[in-house]
Amino acid sequence: MIQRECGVLKTSYEADMALYPLPIARWTMGALAVIFFGILPLTLHEYYLSIANLVWIAVIGALGLNILVGYTGQVSIGHGAFMSVGAYTAANLATRLDSPWPVNILAGGLMAAAVGAVVGIPSLRIKGLYLAIATLAGQLIIEWIINHVTFISGGVQASIEVPRPRLGAIPLSSQRQMYFFLLVFVVLAIVATLNLVRSRIGRAFIAVRDQDIAAEIIGIDIFRYKLLAFAISSFYAGVTGVLYTYFLGIANYEQFQINVSIDYLAMIIVGGLGSVLGSVLGAAFVTLLPIVIRLGMEAFGGVFLEPQTVLNLIPNLRLMMFGALIIFFLVVEPEGLNRLWRNIRNYFRIWPFAY
Amino acid sequence: MSDAFGFFVLLMSNGVMIGLMYSLIALGFVLVYKATDAVNFAQGEFVMIAALAVALSVLAAGAPLWVAILVGIGGMIAFGFALERVVLRKLIGRPVIAVVMATIGLASILRGVGPTFFGAGTKNLALPISDEPFILGPLFIPPIQVLGAAVSVVFIAAFGWFFLKSRKGIAMRAVADNQQVAMAMGINVQRYFGLAWAMTGIVSALGGIIWGNMLGVDVNLSLVGFKVFPVVILGGLDSIPGAIIGGLIVGLVENVAAGYVDPYVGGGTKDFAPYVLMILALMIRPYGIFGKRIIERV
Repeated sequence: MIQRECGVLKTSYEADMALYPLPIARWTMGALAVIFFGILPLTLHEYYLSIANLVWIAVIGALGLNILVGYTGQVSIGHGAFMSVGAYTAANLATRLDSPWPVNILAGGLMAAAVGAVVGIPSLRIKGLYLAIATLAGQLIIEWIINHVTFISGGVQASIEVPRPRLGAIPLSSQRQMYFFLLVFVVLAIVATLNLVRSRIGRAFIAVRDQDIAAEIIGIDIFRYKLLAFAISSFYAGVTGVLYTYFLGIANYEQFQINVSIDYLAMIIVGGLGSVLGSVLGAAFVTLLPIVIRLGMEAFGGVFLEPQTVLNLIPNLRLMMFGALIIFFLVVEPEGLNRLWRNIRNYFRIWPFAY
Repeated sequence: MSDAFGFFVLLMSNGVMIGLMYSLIALGFVLVYKATDAVNFAQGEFVMIAALAVALSVLAAGAPLWVAILVGIGGMIAFGFALERVVLRKLIGRPVIAVVMATIGLASILRGVGPTFFGAGTKNLALPISDEPFILGPLFIPPIQVLGAAVSVVFIAAFGWFFLKSRKGIAMRAVADNQQVAMAMGINVQRYFGLAWAMTGIVSALGGIIWGNMLGVDVNLSLVGFKVFPVVILGGLDSIPGAIIGGLIVGLVENVAAGYVDPYVGGGTKDFAPYVLMILALMIRPYGIFGKRIIERV
């Protein structure tokens, strides 16, 4: 992430593919670990930790969606629904069977992966725009089924209360405990994604994205890899849904409607398609945007406007900023925040020398 | 005539009328897709913002209805040209996801702009027609639906003529067919892209007036845009007659399904049934009933 490559000579493929190309990369990772595992959770107030928890949940979902959209090139507007599949699977297991959280998270992820693979089946015949519309249909249909089948959701508009996850005998009830719980999954997701995309499977995904006919000619089974991408991506989404349910304490289909799918798409577009760091940055950016707008308007909006106007303006301002950001990044910086970060890094690469 | 049969006929007639009104909105989508290969996920928001402009010209500015309608149409034409110039021209040649997300972003902006600048309350958009339904045997047909269906048919016929006979329409078809060849023939491709977006603006303004009269004008009017996708997929993304047929199918299916299934499942079938139909269509015939057939096996 942060490294200067001046005077580095790589002599083998292993060195080129290494996760830590230089010792300094290892040190930065160590420093980040100290910040995120040590300094932040011990110094921040519970309120800010709850915001951080929202970011961590979003990071996992954005990584999953980026595997599908950024690396494999298959559009999905149905990830909100896949999250709800995971969430309701876990909620039902937890309330009916009283199963422990590792089982719930795994089951939620696997169920979402199965549903995602089914929704992904049209991707074998159709692509691009048609696939986008097919997954949109998947979103609406799954949403409807979950809402209307009483066995799953407990009735129309109902929500299921989920018990807190327990470590041994301790229930994780405070935001600080949730922070550590979620951060472990974030680290797992980042490491898994980094390793996935440099493996044989990841290279196959990228080949399918760049030119699917060529990929098939060099012996990649497109059928298998497209479905695999849908399944892996939905697995992440399912886990995200379960974690979000644990975070909220309830499972409710309103938390997973189409605007959630769009939020996650916005995260990977703002962050950068096909980039792990971009997913993390984009997730943080899109999650923090409404909070920053609200805090900013509450602090400074009253200077120019009536308090009631400010209150009415906040949700609309959020929508406008959100849309404007997506369009701004698409038009001005299609490779997203990841590219901006790379530009900064490249500037300092051989700094302070000119050449 | 038995009651059950009467109920069925009522559902059917309702479906035909509503279906034709869906066609009008779907037409806006098809026009843009046909000419520019861009998809407009903000079609519902176009309708909403146009209806807001018309309703406010009448209510707040006190303009006569025909002036308000002209304001709405003129405003949407300007908006269409501006949108093409500022955003979509820069996205030509980029992956599908870029255009999809750009229009989703646009939809989000319009949803924010509507309540901020036009007020959040539901506004009444009155047209000089009566509310008394026509009663024909078992049928109740509100006049607004007749007007909506008539406007749809007239405009679809007008656009059909435009594409088949007029010079500009033929040029637009050339652009849709192959942009490079069209350019070589001396057609200003970008101007026609702008024109297509402006035409979408006109259709959206008309749709907004009719749907706004029926449902009331507020942000939720944009939800009608969700019906566009089943309509255009069934009819074919680039086919104007397809928009009519698709609209009719969706209108019929959703009304009949809602009439018979809703009592058992607690509502919502109207929004659900068209999408199930659409999934089936995507599996069997993704290019739609009249769409351009592109075969690509990967």
